[in-house]
Amino acid sequence: MTPTPGSVPFDLVEPAARPYFDRWGPGLVVYRPAQPAGSGGPPHGGAWVHVGEDGRVRAFAGKVELGQGVTTALTMLVAEELKVLPASVDLILGDTDLTPWDIGTFGSRSMADAGAHLRAAAAGALQFLRRWAAERLGVEPGSVRLDSGRAMAGEGATARSIPYAELVAGRSRIEPVPSESHPSPPAEWSVAGRPASSRDGAKVVTGAVRYTSDLRLEGMLEGAILFPPTFRSTLRSLETRAAESIPGVTVVREGGFVGVAAPDRATARAARGLLRAEWEVPEAPGEDGIVEYFRTHPKPPDDHWDLDRYAVGDPAAARGASAIALEATYTTAYIAHVPLEPHAAIAEWVGERLTVWIGSQTPFRVRAALARTLGIPNERIRIVVPPTGGGFGGKHAEELAAGTARLARASGHPVRVTLSREEEFTQTYLRPMAVVEIRSGADRDGRLTAWECITWNAGASAIRTPYRVDHQRVENRPTDSPLRQGSYRALAATANNFARESQMDELAARTGVDPVEFRRRSLDDPRLRAVLDAVAARAGWTARPRRRGPRSGPSTGRGIALGLEKGGRVATYVEVEVTASRTVGIGRIITAYECGAIVNPRHLEGQVEGGTIMALGGALGEAIHFDRGRILNGRLSAYPVPRFLDVPPIEVLLLDRPDLPSAGAGETPLIAVAPAIANAIDDATGERIRHLPLLPGGRLPTGARATDFATPKN
Amino acid sequence: MTGRESPCSRPVTGTLRINGRERSISLEPSRSLLEVVRDELGLTGTKYGCGEGVCGACKLLVDGVAVRSCLTPVGEVVGRSVTTIEGLAGDGRLTPIQQAFLDEGAFQCGYCTPGMIVAATALLAQNPQPSEEEILSAMQGNLCRCGGYPRIRAAIRRAARGSSAPPSGDR
Repeated sequence: MTPTPGSVPFDLVEPAARPYFDRWGPGLVVYRPAQPAGSGGPPHGGAWVHVGEDGRVRAFAGKVELGQGVTTALTMLVAEELKVLPASVDLILGDTDLTPWDIGTFGSRSMADAGAHLRAAAAGALQFLRRWAAERLGVEPGSVRLDSGRAMAGEGATARSIPYAELVAGRSRIEPVPSESHPSPPAEWSVAGRPASSRDGAKVVTGAVRYTSDLRLEGMLEGAILFPPTFRSTLRSLETRAAESIPGVTVVREGGFVGVAAPDRATARAARGLLRAEWEVPEAPGEDGIVEYFRTHPKPPDDHWDLDRYAVGDPAAARGASAIALEATYTTAYIAHVPLEPHAAIAEWVGERLTVWIGSQTPFRVRAALARTLGIPNERIRIVVPPTGGGFGGKHAEELAAGTARLARASGHPVRVTLSREEEFTQTYLRPMAVVEIRSGADRDGRLTAWECITWNAGASAIRTPYRVDHQRVENRPTDSPLRQGSYRALAATANNFARESQMDELAARTGVDPVEFRRRSLDDPRLRAVLDAVAARAGWTARPRRRGPRSGPSTGRGIALGLEKGGRVATYVEVEVTASRTVGIGRIITAYECGAIVNPRHLEGQVEGGTIMALGGALGEAIHFDRGRILNGRLSAYPVPRFLDVPPIEVLLLDRPDLPSAGAGETPLIAVAPAIANAIDDATGERIRHLPLLPGGRLPTGARATDFATPKN
Repeated sequence: MTGRESPCSRPVTGTLRINGRERSISLEPSRSLLEVVRDELGLTGTKYGCGEGVCGACKLLVDGVAVRSCLTPVGEVVGRSVTTIEGLAGDGRLTPIQQAFLDEGAFQCGYCTPGMIVAATALLAQNPQPSEEEILSAMQGNLCRCGGYPRIRAAIRRAARGSSAPPSGDR
């Protein structure tokens, strides 16, 4: 697996100078250039397709496979556009030497970006194949038929055909996507749009897949990093002699980084244990003071994702004049990603060139970060992403890459660093805690009149309401966080939807209108209406006003919520049963999801199902507990992620829209789960819970009524 | 047998029977079976997930029983028969459970899959027709963060029915 020294990353040279044909043999390459960040317009990755004289099609994108099924889906799209069998397509992802630049695998962009651009490149390549086939067959390009990797002309006895391999034999053509190339409409798809399985499934079920933590290089050492007690701690002093006296141990201190490399993991960890470090640990708030801390510690927005402010009309005045007015604050806890494979990286220097194998969602960002941190040019760095055991937004992994590279450089050996589960909890980053304040108004007919939403610390995703309301104001307020936080599958959208869809139910209850009907009255988006109608129909929803007022004893309830994010539309229906001892059983979940043209219904259903289950964890029980910057429950035995017995029957309704572009499905299916459960609990008990997780310690919080600090006007 | 009661770790040479082969290794009896299997024997199908026996990723079979290898000192298995995920398929033929996982698409990232298949293998060996409740309680110690539980259940049901059954209609 050692790369050829001196190889040049393809994305850093002009298309015409890329050594495609040295590496994969003669043929045709059609490419769509990447649009990097800061070049104007939304950034997107590039896409390349190589049609080889060996009969293979190679498709290149900068995305990575984390189990979400992107390999299968992109393979299907390329096979569809090029009219070849999926088995003849090799998809090359997640290798900064070989693939086009890409911003990263997050934000549910793989279908919208890589999918769209690979389709364009493949459709472009087909134009060249058609033209060359027409010349060879002596017919007009329009009368060439293309199927299963062959170009054909004529009928019956005069029919002739040529395989693509023969059309590209001896050529070395590199072309941008021609302007006249048009990918085929999804309604005409014959390969894409049908259920397909992962191609390497046999390796998965026999344990043959090699994740980063399974790889081993000749002469490789194991590394261990000395982590600070809290995220903001700084190193005051370090005594390394005892550790360095162990044979074979190298101690590295560079800037704020301290780590050791040793022949095996036990020795590395023992040596780390002998380091004597003194830390400066700054004061930080605990859980009690955290909401106040956010409100008083604004910080400037990081990037354009943070910037969402929107105002129309005069919401304060409109709310003042409304028959019904509400205000409430909703919060969500810090939670952890808990990918089953903890972070892992291997670094190797061959001469001046560095290769890092790492489970990362953002290999090109890792390359840029290494170039910055180590002071070497991008050309001398290669990042390879092996199969990765889960990401969920948690594996950007830039610092781990840099630390591992430093250990390898100092020790003169390849080094592997694998985090323990406890390190994974305490030393990576968390889903931000969120505070969302909503003030709203409605008239007696159950129509929205005013809407204000201010979000602290979570982010701007899905902060705007999809409901029609003339007077509104939304604002995202980035804040400082005492715990390290970062991206997470559907992070801000989960918080903002929880708040909005909870408040919508509270408004519906006060207007006396059925919650589904209340939403329909202000819902213009036909695609959102379609998912709402689909779950309501499957659930057998019959209209009745939300019950109000406290009830005691066992009871059942139902709840519904919807959301729009990343181009996908979701509605979720939940039934709950609340026992006398205040435990809550989820009886049934129905999720309807629509994300445009479906590429692979089998994996899409898996994404919706898995996303729903992940959302159950954050909705019901997951919470990171902390005090003065320290994480208190950084162990799997102290952090309840969903298990077999926690999962109710889940029905997934997929709405296919071949007339619309394909959007992603990694995140949006999560965002209506928590509010649907909160709404169902309110329906069952009359208690409105405005904090996630809803069931800390497995039960409805006692005194949940006390959390009902909404101030209804009537 | 050197077990938990003697945590002092003087290296000794022992013989492990792994996947039907005798492997002689120099071992410290208190080292975890997981470490030995992965780092010394290079059988990386068995995974580390938590180190405290609550995720199931490290499960392998000891005399046919599913065992959490991260909590098992290697000294405890000397002379016993250990089967890892790599040892289940004989001559490249998948077991009915492996085939059922494939047929149901019962994995996403695949990292939990070896432990899931090992746990399901032990379950069906001992109880070939488990009820739904028996499946859930046998599998409760195995974690899938991708949320593959419905399909994993379907795969176990399918393997229990017999591998010739058609795919479940509602999947």
